[in-house]
Amino acid sequence: MVVPLTSQPAIGLPPHELVELYRQMLITEEQLARAHQQGLVHGACHTYVGEEAIAVGVCAHLRPDDTVFSTHRGHGHALAKGVPPRELIAELLGRATGVSHGRGGSMHVFAPQVGMLGTSGIVGPSILMAAGIAYASRLAKSDRVSVAFFGDGASNNGAFHEGLNMAAIWKLPVVFVCENNQYATEVPFVTVAGNPELSARGIAYGIPSPAVDGNDVLQVHAVAGEAVRRARAGEGPTLLACTTYRTRPHSEGMRDGGYRTREEVEAWRGRDPIKRLREQLLNAKIIDSDALDAVDREVQVLVEEGLEWAKASPWPDPATVMEHVCA
Amino acid sequence: MRELTFTEAAREGLAEEMQRDPMVFVVGEGVGERGGNFATTVGLYERFGPERLRDTPIAERGFTGLCTGAAMGGARPVVDYMFFDFALDALGEIINQTAKIQYMSDGRLKMPIVLRGCVGIGSSAATHHSGSYYSLFAHIPGLRVVAPTTPRDAKGLLKAAIRSDDPVVFMEHRGLLSLKGPVLDPEADEVLPFGRATVRRVGKDVTVVGIAHMVTHALTAAEELAGGGVSVEVIDPRSLAPLDIDTVLESVAKTGRLLVVDEDYAPCGIGAEIAAQVADRGFDDLDAPVRRLNSLHAPVPYSPPLEAAMAPTPVSIAQAVRDLLAE
Repeated sequence: MVVPLTSQPAIGLPPHELVELYRQMLITEEQLARAHQQGLVHGACHTYVGEEAIAVGVCAHLRPDDTVFSTHRGHGHALAKGVPPRELIAELLGRATGVSHGRGGSMHVFAPQVGMLGTSGIVGPSILMAAGIAYASRLAKSDRVSVAFFGDGASNNGAFHEGLNMAAIWKLPVVFVCENNQYATEVPFVTVAGNPELSARGIAYGIPSPAVDGNDVLQVHAVAGEAVRRARAGEGPTLLACTTYRTRPHSEGMRDGGYRTREEVEAWRGRDPIKRLREQLLNAKIIDSDALDAVDREVQVLVEEGLEWAKASPWPDPATVMEHVCA
Repeated sequence: MRELTFTEAAREGLAEEMQRDPMVFVVGEGVGERGGNFATTVGLYERFGPERLRDTPIAERGFTGLCTGAAMGGARPVVDYMFFDFALDALGEIINQTAKIQYMSDGRLKMPIVLRGCVGIGSSAATHHSGSYYSLFAHIPGLRVVAPTTPRDAKGLLKAAIRSDDPVVFMEHRGLLSLKGPVLDPEADEVLPFGRATVRRVGKDVTVVGIAHMVTHALTAAEELAGGGVSVEVIDPRSLAPLDIDTVLESVAKTGRLLVVDEDYAPCGIGAEIAAQVADRGFDDLDAPVRRLNSLHAPVPYSPPLEAAMAPTPVSIAQAVRDLLAE
């Protein structure tokens, strides 16, 4: 079952929306990677570098009350859903001003006020919880939509199969976004998938499952727009089978050899989604390079100031360590 | 006062809460038109419809994770596992997500979910349908663990569980389900607090703490022992997390002797926890070592004579009391 998507190509978007996509993708984590290298990040730090087009292309369609459930590689989702960069940085630095008030770090980013309902250290649950909040939306007669981000690794997990089936049989208002970065940690997906064609897995449950170039923000934006529209209209779930690549190690500071070649990484750096959008915008003469350079500088300042703000932020009070175990 | 069975009383409590709050819904295998394997939802499908009495695929991990998400989104799910043994397929969701979301979100998200099911040895159900798991869940921060004994408590504690903003593990012993007892009229709207033990029989020679069905066995044993001039005080903790140790300590201050009877296994169990807390705070009141009586530390066998050899009985409890008095 291949469902035709009705959205217009997103290059037809107004220029300010295109620049916003570019700006949002730029708020990457090179700063976080540097902070990690300086020893400021206390725990694990799985960056989203190379995969930015997916979170940005999907979240551009979401309202503040729509919800996102994410993964261990969730910084990009949090930022795209509206978490201020400085609060994300402060969380990784373990500060009281962090988005989870220092409770979670990189893998437990919670910002309910903007609909960011958590990154997770466990692979798979984002799928189930997104389906669940969609169920709650149905009960509340709300047209709120939820989105689950997850990787190719999760698609081999029971949560994926149980979650997609339930969402399909109950036509839940949820969008499943698989970011197939081709390695489940460092295990090549093609070596652990009976059928590595991810669309087939959604189709098996009766869910429209377009294959998407996850490094093309315009394509992601177009396809996600239709998926969100379907969910909001009560037409049921969609699986976006996005192909992408992480160009940094699985986690900052980890050895990145033995499972992929330098040439492969370089080839995918050449398909960097930010660079790609920049070229598309310049080629189509939608914006000139001076204006894009200005956006680059603006984001650079935003993130640098965020890091300084985070470093100057207070530590959480140890006396609060037992708070909120229960309601 | 009118008399209801444990199951009828709990079902009445569930119906009242579903009537009171449209965001309460039930999921499980056969909870819809069929009314539940243990008749937990008989008659409710007709009143509340399929969206709130949701038959599920056999996917315990899936629907537990889904309901965890629903609880984050303002719903109050009641997950009916039928047998609690089946909840073990969802252990990762329960411990890593359901129990931890409130803490990870620093209290900004609540987790109003009830996880209910039948526990206990009997009817040659064999080892996949006979487990008790009190201590397993009481060990985990963020979970409430409730084990009612009487119909009135089943109703009042289930209503409290549904209204609670914390995740509540609600275990219903098979040996109690058809027992009748007095229950207040619906107009009373009785909601019983967690962490409040009750003295089921007043005595002066020895304290027996029983868990769930073991309370009724202890009362039978106490009656027999009374004929021999032994006065047994029987305490029903009703909830194991939180645990009302003060009521136990008050009793031990009077009797000087304590026996804990628990059908769950002894190692690392509730009896060990109660013994440790009494040793900690009531050591000077003890005239003898604290004793425990538990099921044998083995999977539960099928054949009636083997099954009968597993769990504490009124006879073995009476013997344990006599042994304790001889210390």
